[in-house]
Amino acid sequence: MSEILLDIKNIRLSFFTAAGEVKALNDVSIAMNRGDVLGIVGESGSGKSVTAYSIMGLTAHPGKLIAGSIEFNGEMINEMSEKEMRNLRGNEVSMVFQDPMTSLNPVYTVSNQICESIMLHTGKNKKDAQKRALELLDLVGINEPQKRMKQYPHELSGGMRQRVMIAIALACEPKLLIADEPTTALDVTIQAQILELMMELKEKIGMSIIMITHDLGIVANMCSKIAVMYAGKVVEYGSVDEIFYNPMHEYTKGLLNSIPKLYEKERTKLIAIEGTPVDLLNAPEGCPFAPRCDSCMKICLRKMPEYTAVKDDHYSACWLLQREEFAQGGKSNE
Amino acid sequence: MAKYLTKKVFISILTLWIVATATFFLMFMVPGGPFLAEKAPSEATIAALNQKYGLDQPKIVQYKNYFTNFLSGDLGPSMKQRGREVNQIISTGFKVSATVGGMAILVAVMVGIPFGSVAALKRGKWQDNIILLISTTGIAVPSFVVATVLMMIFSVKLNLLPTYGLTSWKHYIMPVMSLSFYPTAYISRLMRSSMLEVLGQDYIRTAKAKGLPMFRVLFKHALRNAVLPVVTYLGPLLAYTLTGSFIVERIFTVPGLGNSFISSILNRDYTMIMGTTIFLAALIIVMNLIVDIVYKLVDPRITYK
Amino acid sequence: MSEQSKKISFQLDVSDFLPAGQDEKQSLVCMRESVGFWRNGFSRLRKNKIAMVSLFVIILTLIFAFIAPSFYPYSYEQQIRGSENLAPMQYSAAELAEKEAGGKVFPHFIGTDALGRDTTIRIMMGSRISLLVGIVASFLVLLIGSLYGAISGYLGGKVDIMMMQLVDIIYAIPDILIIIILMVSLKYPLQNIANTVPGFQWINTIGVGLICIFIVFSLLYWVGMARIVRSQILSLKEQEYVTAARALGAGNARIIGKHLLTNCIGTLIVTTTLQIPSAIFTESFLSFIGIGVSAPMPSLGSMASSAIGGLTSYPYRLFAPALMISIIILSFNLLGDGLRDAFDPKLKN
Repeated sequence: MSEILLDIKNIRLSFFTAAGEVKALNDVSIAMNRGDVLGIVGESGSGKSVTAYSIMGLTAHPGKLIAGSIEFNGEMINEMSEKEMRNLRGNEVSMVFQDPMTSLNPVYTVSNQICESIMLHTGKNKKDAQKRALELLDLVGINEPQKRMKQYPHELSGGMRQRVMIAIALACEPKLLIADEPTTALDVTIQAQILELMMELKEKIGMSIIMITHDLGIVANMCSKIAVMYAGKVVEYGSVDEIFYNPMHEYTKGLLNSIPKLYEKERTKLIAIEGTPVDLLNAPEGCPFAPRCDSCMKICLRKMPEYTAVKDDHYSACWLLQREEFAQGGKSNE
Repeated sequence: MAKYLTKKVFISILTLWIVATATFFLMFMVPGGPFLAEKAPSEATIAALNQKYGLDQPKIVQYKNYFTNFLSGDLGPSMKQRGREVNQIISTGFKVSATVGGMAILVAVMVGIPFGSVAALKRGKWQDNIILLISTTGIAVPSFVVATVLMMIFSVKLNLLPTYGLTSWKHYIMPVMSLSFYPTAYISRLMRSSMLEVLGQDYIRTAKAKGLPMFRVLFKHALRNAVLPVVTYLGPLLAYTLTGSFIVERIFTVPGLGNSFISSILNRDYTMIMGTTIFLAALIIVMNLIVDIVYKLVDPRITYK
Repeated sequence: MSEQSKKISFQLDVSDFLPAGQDEKQSLVCMRESVGFWRNGFSRLRKNKIAMVSLFVIILTLIFAFIAPSFYPYSYEQQIRGSENLAPMQYSAAELAEKEAGGKVFPHFIGTDALGRDTTIRIMMGSRISLLVGIVASFLVLLIGSLYGAISGYLGGKVDIMMMQLVDIIYAIPDILIIIILMVSLKYPLQNIANTVPGFQWINTIGVGLICIFIVFSLLYWVGMARIVRSQILSLKEQEYVTAARALGAGNARIIGKHLLTNCIGTLIVTTTLQIPSAIFTESFLSFIGIGVSAPMPSLGSMASSAIGGLTSYPYRLFAPALMISIIILSFNLLGDGLRDAFDPKLKN
């Protein structure tokens, strides 16, 4: 069994809206091994959720995958039929969404919604499914599971709802769990509990996790690898240590710098990244981050930067990294 | 829930009383009485009739008399249709109107909900466009226009369907069609926009993420949520069907309650007017109450203060 | 390593690696313009073809109903002897004779009715009545309803509860029933007042039937508007920018005027526009039954009603008013829909 669980190669995805083609993903490549916890970091609109949905084949209309391939567990998912995809969803690949209140159907009980998934993929009958549902509720740390089974989503607190979502996602012991900002809608204390829960379950079930978030703190705690996205492109990829201690891309550096530090004694200004995100409807040809970059060069505005390997498994898309090489290469060519 | 119900029932009774009282006193503002259209009866005859029906008493006394009778279930005799009791006329008329109206509502629901759902699913495609076109025209064209056009086509030109009365199954077709036109169109549009909104919800995304087949996503998750606004519309739908019956019954000469209501107004048949108004008002109010309760059963989120 | 360098040197230049100037960066930042609420809404409306066509039709209808009759040779109550029951574009014997004698006879586009009255002008006047009722009634509803709803919503507390109690009661009243009864019973007292009490003659000029309809609408139909406005005000009241405005020292009037009402305007416009066709429908419904405006003033509903008897022989007498009503109601509905799509921030798409 190969090490690679997920291999996304050079995908391009656009939304063909009435206003024009919105290039949501522009040549994105991500690879993941079994047992990894991959963090995808970026601001709103960077394409992190779109990437996740494309793995599950849930890209919303009018979006379309126009190039590239997605390989999961040895199979090419982007070429699968809808029926085959449905076998995967909820079964081998599961997703936990951002807002548990709106993600759960308000007119059905907790039991109904969990058992639905179980009965669909395992063929259990209702009684067995309910037994399993109780186990799951226990597993995700919900107290009084018997009582909760019969309740409706609006009767539970935010943290509990998210636990229910996780229970649904784990019902069939998936190989990959995609968590799309699972704690953004929750209080900070609950946040910690949910994240801890996810890590515990990872060990128990032996699954891999993709954690999508804009919160670097979460990523530092949980993930083994990080992909930084900006405007539909992976601008930097590496292990947690590499990214945090040796960031190469100006955007990554900006993100890390903007985190206020507790230990600063003097009053320092909060450092923000100037400018606004790119309009994906009229994306420029060069590096998407160029207008906001302090070290922007002329070439950055004209051409999309290529990936430069910094170390094994750490690369970044930035012309600055090519500058020295070019300087050397230029001399050797003369 | 009990508290909410009691409050609603109380308001209903209050409203009914207001309607009845208002109707009572308003009627007397209209000059002419029920007996003046007859072939010039003599003064004495009119006086005698007035006395028989208690019309010569002061208004307050008449009011009191009427309501004491009302509470014991007696709505009095019809002043125009000599020899018939109001209760009797209402019950025969209502049976007819209820049948026609009931069929119209059934058609509206059974056609409107699927139409609207299909339009939402095939959003932007030709099915959606056609359904939108039909339903938009449907809510704009008044029922009497529909009725008369239908009559024009099917009775006059094609000679297929009868124009008046209600004796065979054929007689039911045009009245039911005329009455159901508007609500079908309205429910279609309502269902379409509701379904569109539901389909964009997060829990539909969750359902898909579970790997559920499309039909289960639609019928189990989407429909149940999308149909809620239609349930709330059922109350006004009933009111519409009632009032629509006034026109449709008149055009097709259907012996229903709507027809006799209009006639009784034009004829100044006071007891009929009172009886019918109270009956219809009570019907609408009770139906609205039932719809409120049904809605609570269907949507577990609703809590009432 | 050198492989890469060779590849690069084919495409690039040393100067490419110089820092980029601020202006160069700016040129690439093209942010979408932020437009004002009105301009945004109107441009969206203009793009909506159906709404634009409906607006055009409404304008045409307005001209047809209010301006055209002044230029029309016939009047609505004028009964032309010998020209009874003419078909569209048909001329009576007398009229033909006059034409042969060299005179000009204006054609009866839709024929005449049993009393020799030209149908076209009657349709025009009927449309005028319908449009008048629709617009004035909706305006009254807007005025009463929004004031009531805004006050109730803004004041809140016990006042709000009481005010809404009244709304609940009126809402529960089956409107058509009451309207019919009111229409029948108010006519005569109004007529009396118009004829006897000094200063009320204007009732006769406008017409008792019309005034009746206006009164009835003002009494019953404002509740829907009141509820909508109240719920808008309630939710807007809690918005953070209201709290912010208060924190900055804005007074109540300024808050209501600048923040609350302006955010309501979209809803107000849409609701009022959609109220118009339902008012028109009610008017034609009432006239159809026979309790609308009084003869000889034509109403599209009463024209349709009287046309049923002669349906086989004179179908056009039904089609003309029926078509007119449908067109008017349809265009207002479509315009209202278009306005809602254009101005309501909660996008329907």
